[in-house]
Amino acid sequence: MAQEAKNQDLPPLVTRKAVKTKENLDLLLADRGIRYYKEMEVFPVDTAALKKTLDATCKSRILTWLEICANCSLCADSCFFYLANDNDPKQIPSYKIKSTLGELVKRKGNVDTKFMIKCMDTAWGKCTCCNRCGMYCPHGIDMGVMFGYLRGLCFSQGFVPHEMKIGSCMHWLYNAQMDVTVEDYVETCEWMAEENEEYYPGLEIPVDKVGADIMYIVNAREPKHYPQDLAEAAILFHLAGESWTVPSKGWEGTSLAMFAGDWACCKQQVEGVYAAMERLKVKRYVGTECGHQHRATITEGPYWAGRKNGEPPAPGLHYVEWVLEALETGKLKLDPAKKIKEPVTLQDPCNYVRNHGLTDVTSKIMSYIAEDFRPMSPNREHNFCCGGGGGMNGIGRYREQRNIGMKVKRDQILATGAKFVVSPCHNCWDAIRDLEEVYKIGIKWSFLKPVLLEMVIVPDHLKPKEE
Amino acid sequence: MYEFVSGPLALISFAIFFVGIITRIVWYIKGLDWQLDRVAYSEKLGAGLKGAARSLFHWLLPLNHTTAKHPFFMGVTYLFHICLVIAPIFLMAHVLLIDESWNISWVTIPDKAADYMTLVIIAAGIFFLIRRLTNPNVKILTTASDYIVLAIALAPFITGYIAYHQWAGYKFWLIIHILCGEIMLIAIPFTKLSHFVLSFCSRIQLGMDFGIKRGGMKGRGITW
Repeated sequence: MAQEAKNQDLPPLVTRKAVKTKENLDLLLADRGIRYYKEMEVFPVDTAALKKTLDATCKSRILTWLEICANCSLCADSCFFYLANDNDPKQIPSYKIKSTLGELVKRKGNVDTKFMIKCMDTAWGKCTCCNRCGMYCPHGIDMGVMFGYLRGLCFSQGFVPHEMKIGSCMHWLYNAQMDVTVEDYVETCEWMAEENEEYYPGLEIPVDKVGADIMYIVNAREPKHYPQDLAEAAILFHLAGESWTVPSKGWEGTSLAMFAGDWACCKQQVEGVYAAMERLKVKRYVGTECGHQHRATITEGPYWAGRKNGEPPAPGLHYVEWVLEALETGKLKLDPAKKIKEPVTLQDPCNYVRNHGLTDVTSKIMSYIAEDFRPMSPNREHNFCCGGGGGMNGIGRYREQRNIGMKVKRDQILATGAKFVVSPCHNCWDAIRDLEEVYKIGIKWSFLKPVLLEMVIVPDHLKPKEE
Repeated sequence: MYEFVSGPLALISFAIFFVGIITRIVWYIKGLDWQLDRVAYSEKLGAGLKGAARSLFHWLLPLNHTTAKHPFFMGVTYLFHICLVIAPIFLMAHVLLIDESWNISWVTIPDKAADYMTLVIIAAGIFFLIRRLTNPNVKILTTASDYIVLAIALAPFITGYIAYHQWAGYKFWLIIHILCGEIMLIAIPFTKLSHFVLSFCSRIQLGMDFGIKRGGMKGRGITW
């Protein structure tokens, strides 16, 4: 009782507006979702606003998709959730979207709280927006795109998973998915350069170098939890002799706001990155080993920022594109004797393969680093989502569903016979780590950078001078 | 009665059909929005059209993964649609009727071929119906409108088959056949049968999306 009375004095956690203050962020963080989801159960739907949004944004593309769906169920086995849940018809992509967005549109937004919670639980708990189903629909209906749209509607009404609300707030406050400030970031860069300079003389992480060839952007987890990743990137750029820089402002490439469906925040986030490109007048930019960073800055970002040609200010590469280029042009040379001997497989992230056509890039890299590369089946643009995409990894409410969904990836890995999985994506990397934790199949996993560092040849002039 | 259904009513049905589908296409194109859809349709038109052509090519022909995965169902579907379009348009009796009324004509197919095609359509329709009634995946998705549109699509072929073979009451079945055809024409713009044109719109749109934004300009190109 005392607790309830105390809660009543606190500001509400569930709001239709994004959270943009430190005080409210702290409340959300402290709550761990308990009061949050309780509040949500009685949070009213603003049906008038919902109808207005639908009228303004739900146009012929989505209306046609919802209308012409032949209810043929051919999308069923394209979805890893359907397969992992023993072919449960309730996991068919078209069923999931028609029972949520389809209903919402049919009722012109006149829905209740219970319905919106169902929409939330489906849009985040039964779909990772991997867009695989869209490739298999004879009518060309992309249900992943519709789920992305539904997430936006849910967010605008306050029906968004706890961690996603926090994610968007982080971006509003820090222009990053975690509480890493510009000062923290620059300090981490300096620290990592100093730490490794002894082994790589002349190594630096140039901050805000105007006119560099490459601007490198990262995922906030790297400076926050894995600073060695930054160091590895710096060493590889250094060994390849690249002219590169990191921006102080606009260093974060990822966008949890995209997973959350907070489109205004997506715009603010990516505009910061684009401003850095323009400020530093770089020739191109490279994003770290993260799939959704790529989607947020290259694929979707230009549209959020209102760039009519659909392109960022400077051409962008995913890290794997830079690596392949460096290997093919000889900027980076690997010691063939150090190639991985054991069987290795590759988890290519959906966001650059299926959703950006980089179908062969990482497979080609594998031929440089592994003696026995065993692609998953299906692979390339037909590969399954790792099970943790679209924000799924981070949402406690759907942990059980996530773990069930990962069975498909588990079986794909097991079928290759490899015990080592290379994955150039933070989300995939996490999902595979968790997969091992849950299913214990005895695998190792790694980003590309540490693997490359194991076998890269350091040119003589870059070696430390012997005393 | 025959004069009425084959004269003014036919004219009205064709008018509704043509005006209806053109309206739907115009509505579709006007509703596309580069920023909402996040596809630079006009700025990157070249890449978009290339993607659209690739998508149409792979799906108008059975050169896609869905066909490879579900060869029987997709085979039946392709056959059903091919026959559904070819049989009525190139049937000698239809071409003659149009020639008499409007003085335009085109090539025809032998009656025997049209007859077999009609049987294929009816058989495929029965297959779709049984699948809808028995397959748990399809059952959960099915709504009343799915049965109605299937009935609307099959009726002209069933009645046409009966009329052509002149089993009994030729005149009666002929009138019913014409009426069913007209119902189908009128229903196309207003029901799910609008996929007759909107499926092309959707496929072209998705082809453009992948062609422009989702890597069509990078890599070897993927078949979406």
